[in-house]
Amino acid sequence: MKKVINNPNYVVEEMINGLIKAYPEYLKRVDNYNVIVRKSAPNKKVALVSGGGSGHEPAHAGYVGYGMLDAAVLGEVFTSPTPDQIYEAIKAVDAGDGVLLIIKNYTGDVMNFEITKEMAEMEGIKVESVIVNDDVAVENSLYTAGRRGIAGTVFVHKIAGAMAEEGASLEEVKRVAQKVINNVRSMGMALTPCTVPAAGKPNFTLQEDEMEIGMGIHGEPGTHREKIKPADEIVEHMLNKIFDDMPLSENDDVAVMVNGLSGTPLMELYIVNNKVNDVLKSKGVNVYRTYVGEYMTSLEMAGFSISILKLDEELKRLLDAKANTVAFKVL
Amino acid sequence: MSLNGQQIKQIIFKIAQMIDENKMYLTELDAAIGDGDHGINMSKGFQAVIDKIKDDNGDNIGDMLKKVSMALIANVGGASGPLYGTAFMKAGMWVGNRREISIEDYYNMLLEALNGIKARGRASIGEKTMVDSLEPAINELKVSIDNKFNELECLEKMVNSAKLGMENTKNIVATKGRASYLGERSIGHLDPGAVSCYLILKTIFEEVKKIKG
Repeated sequence: MKKVINNPNYVVEEMINGLIKAYPEYLKRVDNYNVIVRKSAPNKKVALVSGGGSGHEPAHAGYVGYGMLDAAVLGEVFTSPTPDQIYEAIKAVDAGDGVLLIIKNYTGDVMNFEITKEMAEMEGIKVESVIVNDDVAVENSLYTAGRRGIAGTVFVHKIAGAMAEEGASLEEVKRVAQKVINNVRSMGMALTPCTVPAAGKPNFTLQEDEMEIGMGIHGEPGTHREKIKPADEIVEHMLNKIFDDMPLSENDDVAVMVNGLSGTPLMELYIVNNKVNDVLKSKGVNVYRTYVGEYMTSLEMAGFSISILKLDEELKRLLDAKANTVAFKVL
Repeated sequence: MSLNGQQIKQIIFKIAQMIDENKMYLTELDAAIGDGDHGINMSKGFQAVIDKIKDDNGDNIGDMLKKVSMALIANVGGASGPLYGTAFMKAGMWVGNRREISIEDYYNMLLEALNGIKARGRASIGEKTMVDSLEPAINELKVSIDNKFNELECLEKMVNSAKLGMENTKNIVATKGRASYLGERSIGHLDPGAVSCYLILKTIFEEVKKIKG
């Protein structure tokens, strides 16, 4: 696998430095840690911290800034950050009003963030957490580690971030973050694998004419493999999985995110969105906002995910509130 | 068996060496049903453990085990770091400032470690995790102590029981961790965490045998 890197061991380090050099007006690094924080944040505000393995750029550092996150913790590629790193992020952004941790539901992430939460509480920092689990491709938690957190996480960052920016309490910010989690569902698919730099070889194989439906953002197994089909049929299947889990009624308002995993061109994402929009319209569902682009990628994997967020008045207001980050702007 | 801090430190060094020797084996097991980094990460973590305790004089066993815990938590990553870190933390908290440990103390430390792992991972036996080798081992150790077997016999029975539990993970459908996404497809594979846990218990037994034999 060809990659534009120097040394597999330094990809995260060099990426962080390059990112900061690109956006010094938005971001700064906590010295000696893989933690990126807002260049300037108000003194009084609930702080939002998220993070996870690297390889999903622009997640999560791209969402650090006004109206979204206060800090992102960057683990090794596809590996949870460790508690010492997460703890530094919490300390760097806690303004005394408490910290909300936004965690994607993976075994390693949950454990590392929970250990850190206990460490911070022992130091008297008020910390709450939410766990995002929007991936409907996974059976429920009775049989598995539970649904994975994927692109729907960006909606949590956006809406909880807006709430925090309004000056809401930690309890309120957590409540609205959980409301987003309860109302967002996603499903992904992949056409090609990706290669973790340190591993040097692809994490799975797919035949030239094959796709995997329901694949996770680290190449975790999906629901099944089949021959590639026209985009409209793929979209219909994925939306049906989402609707089975979260029925939508006529006149419901939703936000849609068509997220590219990074190896699929924007042209194809728009083709996907064309069908997503048509299907929703045919059900009488109002598409309130649509986001098409690369929000949570998986190295060079080709494929995409669809996320549907059911909205009420509060969520609409917070979705539309001002945000100014590297990868997500509402101006 | 009364082990002092220096002896415990030597056993931990042996564990680090054993993990390094089994790095590729554990990683291959993990590649089959997980994300393929268990051995590499564990080895990295135990190398950090060596750095952290190499100058420890072993006078305070609890403190030394807490250092081991912190090194594992900060350097292993994934789920294994928090789980093994929690195990050593709980064992260290139980042992406190004792200057030596008996076989009964060792049993209590393991039990604390097990309970810590189960709470941290929200896991119980039969889910294809390290609990499947650790819990039967601890139960066997307790029975052996109660039956007044000599210490080495107790440890040997513990290891045999861990081995059976570890081998049995082949027959279990994973319901925890990344392997759980595979469902039925996880059958036929050993759980890498159960294997590393067995190997650690085995190393402890072999080292105690050398010390006491």
